[in-house]
Amino acid sequence: MKPKVLAIDDSRTIRELLRACLENAGFDVTTGEDGVDGTTKFPEVSPDVVITDINMPNMDGFGVIDTIRRGEVNRSVPILVLTTESAPELKARAREAGATGWIVKPFDDASLVSVLKRVTGL
Amino acid sequence: MSNSIRDTFFEECEDLLDALIEGLSEMSAGTHEEETVHAVFRAVHSIKGGAGAFGLDQLVNFAHTFETVLDRVRSGEMEIEPDLMRVLQRAGDHLSDLVEANRIESGVDETTHAGLLGQLNGFLGKEGEDDVADDGAEEFVFEALSIDIGAPMETAPQTAGFEIRFTPRPELYANGHEPLLLFQSLSQLGSLQVTCEYASPPLGASDWQAPAASWQLTLATSEPEHAIHEVFEFVEGLCELDVQPIPVGPEQPEQQVVTEPAQAPPPTDPLPKPDHPRSAEPRQESRPDPKPAGPRPTLRVDLERVDRLINTVGELIINQAVISQRIEEMNLPSGAGLTTELEDYKLLAREIQEGVMAIRAQPVKPLFQRMSRIVREASDATGKAARLVTEGESTEVDKTVVERLADPLTHMIRNAIDHGLENAEKRAQAGKEPVGTIRLAAFHRSGSVLIEVSDDGAGLNREKILEIAISKGLVSPEADLNPGEIDNLLFMPGFSTATEVSNLSGRGVGMDVVKTAITSLGGRVTIQTRAGEGTTFSIVLPLTLAVMDGMVVTVSDQTMVVPISSIIETIRPSPGELHRFGVDGWLLSIRGSYVPIVDVAGCLGTGDSRADIREQVLLLVQTEGQSHCALAVDGISDQRQVVIKSLEGNYGHIPGVSAATILGDGKIALIIDPDAVIANSSASLRRLPDPRLEKELPHGIAL
Repeated sequence: MKPKVLAIDDSRTIRELLRACLENAGFDVTTGEDGVDGTTKFPEVSPDVVITDINMPNMDGFGVIDTIRRGEVNRSVPILVLTTESAPELKARAREAGATGWIVKPFDDASLVSVLKRVTGL
Repeated sequence: MSNSIRDTFFEECEDLLDALIEGLSEMSAGTHEEETVHAVFRAVHSIKGGAGAFGLDQLVNFAHTFETVLDRVRSGEMEIEPDLMRVLQRAGDHLSDLVEANRIESGVDETTHAGLLGQLNGFLGKEGEDDVADDGAEEFVFEALSIDIGAPMETAPQTAGFEIRFTPRPELYANGHEPLLLFQSLSQLGSLQVTCEYASPPLGASDWQAPAASWQLTLATSEPEHAIHEVFEFVEGLCELDVQPIPVGPEQPEQQVVTEPAQAPPPTDPLPKPDHPRSAEPRQESRPDPKPAGPRPTLRVDLERVDRLINTVGELIINQAVISQRIEEMNLPSGAGLTTELEDYKLLAREIQEGVMAIRAQPVKPLFQRMSRIVREASDATGKAARLVTEGESTEVDKTVVERLADPLTHMIRNAIDHGLENAEKRAQAGKEPVGTIRLAAFHRSGSVLIEVSDDGAGLNREKILEIAISKGLVSPEADLNPGEIDNLLFMPGFSTATEVSNLSGRGVGMDVVKTAITSLGGRVTIQTRAGEGTTFSIVLPLTLAVMDGMVVTVSDQTMVVPISSIIETIRPSPGELHRFGVDGWLLSIRGSYVPIVDVAGCLGTGDSRADIREQVLLLVQTEGQSHCALAVDGISDQRQVVIKSLEGNYGHIPGVSAATILGDGKIALIIDPDAVIANSSASLRRLPDPRLEKELPHGIAL
């Protein structure tokens, strides 16, 4: 069975980029349009790894991490944060919030996949 | 990079820019909520994110500066004041230009670009702290993936490897990390030996979540120390980590490392993970929205597919008409099952048609919002202060109509500011507020959409209009025109009130282009003006461009269709209600008022216009000038949906006829444009407002 990724980003462009790249790398990709959509899909998808944007309407990326980490199921799933900033305090904040790692946008396919493999071992 | 994703990016940019412009105009009007500022920030942020993926550096840089200012605004560090708002709105406009330039792969005006960047940076400089410059500079750098330069390079050659002591904290597991994976990454750097030490948690200890395991790792590698730290980058702060270089020496044979059996826990036996989540302090921003309203889910569909569907539905409706007609011809006894089922079929076909049309319907909001930019630009160019007020933004109109209205509206708004509004001095004299108002309103009215562009300027100067029209030879100096006719001169080709060609509305096109554009959409445009109070241009448009409800009528043995939307009522007049007027004119007296009767056959030249009016049926219709008129036809046969087939491509414009349709018996019927018919007849009916200028009637239209 293919490993499952839940990719949450409010930008359709980024969702499509992630989908193209991850499907190419052999992942089964589900996308979420914002924090609420993503966390709603989370239990049914039961992904092996979550990728989430930070700045989103309705619920931001920190909300996503918090919801998953406080949830009942699959709470210690690896969660990678997508960020356009490379500011160290943002990384620290993401880690503090419970993120497993981060990916700095713009990402290239190879580095995205390598980070994914690094946290999932898949 | 796939082209389709690039297309998606630019499509998404359109939506984001709409949201941005909308949010900015709300902020400017002071009617915004806190969320509006966040949405505006996110729009710019998303554009930046997407642009970064496609390497559109200029766009990224501009969006970045713009976003930094917006970030300050949303955090409350910067106050929303008029100067800032103006720059933000211009930046929004410029961002639209940049996106468009990148889409079509052209450039933007460098002066504007640099100017706006400077202004935005000016706000950052004025408001920001010392770190502004650094901040900006640092964030411009987009690293492909974090590569932290850790320990100094010179340690690398001196080491044979590293002794690593790794003790995870519970948070490490809670954050989704797996020590085994870290070890796998490490083992890619060299040969790794792993020893696990389990520590029994003290009985009864309150901190039973305390680490139960720690690892001692020996890595033989020639990689530098920062490569080790890079592996542990994500778990920094979530574990205790001690990395000691192993000096190069004979007593460190590499062999020893490889022969030692690795004691890493087997993958099938997962590492102990605390089952409780790490305790996290509640964070304000992470709280889920109590009512995640959000936009309703939507589906994007290729427009071509929708149009194909609409065409097919059109065929379905024609087919339904044919079947109806055939069944009627069978003269089935009333109450026969087939008739009832036919009614159901008609109903279903209609529902399908309405449903399909609704797919193409779009609110006029984005269109209206784009106009705020036109107002700003026109206001700048003319030096007349103006603001845009919109009404009925949620009114839905066919997509094509929305698209094709942009140019006419732009032109009308420029005109309204350039020619409609007075300058500040004159406004002051007239006791008006210094800022002129341009009002853009949309609403539904009996099966059509009404769009109004109004200004609160001086009103049309009819003397001047007439003078110009005469000087340009558009009307003869002897012409006796009523006020409505004079107003309509504005729509004549070759008419332009601008005495000097301003670069704004005088682009070599006049209001005639506006009229042509609206007529081609099956609409019409009229003018109402009041001296000293302003002018309103009203555009009436059909809801859809494909199907309409029509009254099937007979006009001198020909079948024609009159749009239901323009018919107020049908009347078979009693002789006492008919009155002679002039030589061959008739008036209908209805509920105490007199309404002129227009003979359709006579107007279209399809037959003997002397048919006995007493045997005809009258259709009471509303004219463009809001007054009434009665159309005389020979008979009414049915009321049904008809599919509109344009004639203009094949026949050119025929005054009085808007299009054609195919009836159930396969015959073609002309669709009458009541306004044009009335206008054609108005040569003899002076009291009717808004006469059309085409006074030549086509004769002998044959089918």
